[in-house]
Amino acid sequence: MNIIVCIKQVPDTTEVKLDPKTGTLIRDGVPSIINPDDKSGLEAALKLKDDLGAHVTVLTMGPQQAEVALREALAMGADRAILLTDRAFAGADTWATSCTLAAAINKIDYDLIIAGRQAIDGDTAQVGPQIAEHLKLPQVSYVEGLKVEGSSLILKRVFEDRYHLVKVKTPCLITTLKEMNEPRYMSVGGIIDAYREKEIEVWNLKDIEVDHSNLGLKGSPTKVKKSFTKGVKTAGKLYEVGHKEAAKIIVEKLKEKYII
Amino acid sequence: MNFNLTKEQIMLQQLYREFAEKEVKPLAEEIDEKEMFPIETVEKLVRYGFMGIPFPKTYGGAGGDAVAYTMAVEELSRVCATTGVIVSAHTSLGAVPIYEFGTEEQKQKYLVPLAKGEKLGAFGLTEANAGTDAAAQQTTAILEGDYYILNGSKIFITNAGYADTYIIMAMTDKSAGTRGISAFIVDAETEGFKIGKKEAKLGIKGSATCELIFENCKIPKENLLGKEGKGFGIAMKTLDGGRIGIAAQALGIAQGALDATVSYVKERKQFGKPISYFQNTQFQLADMATKIEAARLLVYKAAYKKDTNQPYSKDAAMAKLYASEVAMEITTKAVQLHGGYGYTREYAVERMMRDAKITEIYEGTSEVQKMVISADLLR
Repeated sequence: MNIIVCIKQVPDTTEVKLDPKTGTLIRDGVPSIINPDDKSGLEAALKLKDDLGAHVTVLTMGPQQAEVALREALAMGADRAILLTDRAFAGADTWATSCTLAAAINKIDYDLIIAGRQAIDGDTAQVGPQIAEHLKLPQVSYVEGLKVEGSSLILKRVFEDRYHLVKVKTPCLITTLKEMNEPRYMSVGGIIDAYREKEIEVWNLKDIEVDHSNLGLKGSPTKVKKSFTKGVKTAGKLYEVGHKEAAKIIVEKLKEKYII
Repeated sequence: MNFNLTKEQIMLQQLYREFAEKEVKPLAEEIDEKEMFPIETVEKLVRYGFMGIPFPKTYGGAGGDAVAYTMAVEELSRVCATTGVIVSAHTSLGAVPIYEFGTEEQKQKYLVPLAKGEKLGAFGLTEANAGTDAAAQQTTAILEGDYYILNGSKIFITNAGYADTYIIMAMTDKSAGTRGISAFIVDAETEGFKIGKKEAKLGIKGSATCELIFENCKIPKENLLGKEGKGFGIAMKTLDGGRIGIAAQALGIAQGALDATVSYVKERKQFGKPISYFQNTQFQLADMATKIEAARLLVYKAAYKKDTNQPYSKDAAMAKLYASEVAMEITTKAVQLHGGYGYTREYAVERMMRDAKITEIYEGTSEVQKMVISADLLR
């Protein structure tokens, strides 16, 4: 089984701050991590490697420094890593990103494509499903459980209040939730191999076949007009009471606002 | 000269920290309180390759080096000194002598499972009457046919009882002094090999420290490590390397105590403000951080010299002497800055201060390190 896992390097938003003036993220000095939903997707792929001997390729589009995320994936146990990088790809929205990733995936053998549900720096949840559309593949999103049954997968697709068990034939694309599993650590030997033995394949525009009008900022239909931090409308009220009294007040207030 | 970590070292440090924070730190208090050897943590350390960091992949190791190993012991000890010494004694004392002095057969049979972490290693030199005077060995190994017959006992052995493979020093020729000492690889399953009294200790309480007893143990001739009579040299060279591990442990303890203190002084209020606002606190922290950084440079340099095949005996002694004394000083100051709370089990610095003391004693006391350093100066 050949698996492609699409990952994104993102700023660790638990340590990120917003610039109050511009409303944008202050990325300086913030550590970069593999997007959590993607990391669980990678863990799911590595489990299939452990159990069935699957071959795992990790793919990312990003600047040169996204290489670190790929090395981390190799250190966790991925077999192959591809970095899609080109100035032409820069500034892409989800449409341009999915067009570029789909073009790259067209050049790789696969039975299963795994993408994280959404990235913590954008929260769109669009790139995975769009890739499936470009490649005309069946897709199952919001996956929290996965079992292989012959050439099909039994997937647990999670909703807010219920789940579906879906059977889907490969090849297909799934998007995974971080709640799916607890990703393994890198191993010491894995890190050493990732830097000394394995290579990151770097693909540029010339390495993929793609409609150039769908690339980068120019190929992005989404335009961000303004981003801002939501202001606080009214001052909060502080109650210094015991926990029972506090619960009562909370319930009252929620009822008052018709939330419950 | 370059003081920057490589990208590989930065990623290793990231792994070590994450693993230490999530898997080791939550258990540190309990294993100290209950004097409990953390078997489950060791299993996880095995899974992620911590037990064979400096050995080549061909021998089951992670393919790293002394610096990578040193950083691991440092980061583990930063949250739990017990876990740090388990890895250090296993690697530096149990496995390294086989890697450096063993035959190819011995490496295949004993080093590979140690480096993979399938087996745990330990080392026995110290005896009741042979501590700093390590040459006063009483344990004997007499060759009879295809076996050496081992008789005697060792004390204060780290990982004892949990280890599968022990490197044991014994006298093969009592008349020859240090030249009569030989090194052996002893299987824990050997008949007549028993684990004696377990020590109740001041610190590193989760680490198993016991007596080893040998009663007519038949050690196959092929388990002689190196040549007969060369055991003292093997032990001394092994301890040179081991000292880097203990120096790293001391460094980690000191850093952990500083980390805890920095957060505490920002929270603790006296006279209406956090105690971090007082210049006494600030100056203490500055001194602590500076000494820790100096210790770190000594420790990493000793490891670097080992990796680049330079003589490192003096460097390892300096690193251990300084880092262990810094650990004792910093943990003591950390308790002082925590005040009364620091003296209680509520706060980790109490444990850290108890853990720090041993780093000035084992694998050569501070006095032994001074002997090594001055011998190099005066030769």
